[in-house]
Amino acid sequence: MAAGHAILAPMLHRFANPARFSRISRAILPWVAAATAILFAIGLYLALVAAPPDYQQGETVRIMYVHVPAAWMSLSVYALVALASAVALIWRHPLADLVAKSASPLGAAFTFIALVTGSLWGKPMWGAWWVWDARLTSMLILFFLYLGHIALLNAFDDPQRGNRAAAILALLGVVNLPIIKFSVDWWNTLHQPASVFRMGGPSIDPAMLRPLLVMALAFLGYFVCLLLIGVRADLAAARRRAQQLERAG
Amino acid sequence: MSAAWALFRRDLQLGLRQGSDAATALAFFVLAVAMFPFGIGPEPAILARIAAGLLWVIALLASLIALERLFQEDHQDGGLDLLLLAPAPLPLLVLAKLAAHWLVTGLPMILVAPLLAWLLQLPAEGVAMLMLALLLGTPVLALIGAVAAALTLGARRSGLLMPLLVLPLYVPVLIFGVAAVEASLAGLDPAPHLSLLAALLLAAFAVCPWLAGVALRQAAT
Repeated sequence: MAAGHAILAPMLHRFANPARFSRISRAILPWVAAATAILFAIGLYLALVAAPPDYQQGETVRIMYVHVPAAWMSLSVYALVALASAVALIWRHPLADLVAKSASPLGAAFTFIALVTGSLWGKPMWGAWWVWDARLTSMLILFFLYLGHIALLNAFDDPQRGNRAAAILALLGVVNLPIIKFSVDWWNTLHQPASVFRMGGPSIDPAMLRPLLVMALAFLGYFVCLLLIGVRADLAAARRRAQQLERAG
Repeated sequence: MSAAWALFRRDLQLGLRQGSDAATALAFFVLAVAMFPFGIGPEPAILARIAAGLLWVIALLASLIALERLFQEDHQDGGLDLLLLAPAPLPLLVLAKLAAHWLVTGLPMILVAPLLAWLLQLPAEGVAMLMLALLLGTPVLALIGAVAAALTLGARRSGLLMPLLVLPLYVPVLIFGVAAVEASLAGLDPAPHLSLLAALLLAAFAVCPWLAGVALRQAAT
């Protein structure tokens, strides 16, 4: 831990400098945006046109190319929020607060997309818009965790207090997430036989895996773009507030 | 240690003398459960089927109501600042407050649970298991709720925030608490579920007082 701190801390300090972040993010944002657009073009073509329909699910399987990347992102973004929260609490880096603050609504949006596409997929597969399937249920709880985080962020007159509180909540949430996942799986096997057949089974054909991975990269690029824009906007707002205060005082 | 003991005795005395928070939670527990037969009909078979889950869900909500005010008075009258300056580790003080809180609100709910279980036609085999599961589960609810109560101190719309923050985190307790009762009703071994509840209790015991302490410290500044 001590050694990790010695290596990690200077690196964090280097990249957590708001001015340096502004410069670097301005330079890379157009490239990430362009790469994302290209990845989406390729990924959507592969997923909607080139990939074969599934022998059981038919054309419905194409929902998976949106659903699975969204679900992956929803979990990874929560991990990022928790990591940024830990950094913000331990080293008090303002940039980490901004990352957590901008990432959380994006993660909630990815979770929402995963829930909606899961439900759209469920209607033809299970015959119902909503089934209390273990994965969908875990996603729903994750969505609530995001909503709580966002609500707590915005619940205080002093934004700093909101950042701190939300950071602690994110740590509590990330400890709980595996426990919730495990307990929901347990509950699901108790209450219904696991005969419902699941999205993205154990093995997946390369013809389907390739579009899936391209779409996952496109989602990741999209997230990075929006995150950079969000953090830059927050930085600009903070600068503007400081200037106004200076002028007024 | 003596500071924590003093805090425990003070909170216990306050809780017992005022009694309003404890009474609110208990009254909610009893009344909400009593509403359900009106909603779903008095058929014994249906009531018996849902009794365990129902009692647990209402217990969750009742503990939520009680927890909301765990630190509020201390925050308003400045007592919290004294706690932060006290010559004792803050997590220990949080535990002392929680222990008093649980004795005043959690324990009465467990004691009244058999009566409600009887009203809902829960078979007798399940009643003892329900009490045991509540005994293991309600302290977890209190520990998680304490973190959220500390986080929402001074927040706008904290009444809306508490359920949003806490209920998703209560899901594992609910699942294993109900599963223990249902296993004993079905003649199965409830031990795995109880062990998992105990594991949750130990994990919450290790993490929550510390996080609540961090949250209290930043609430005071």
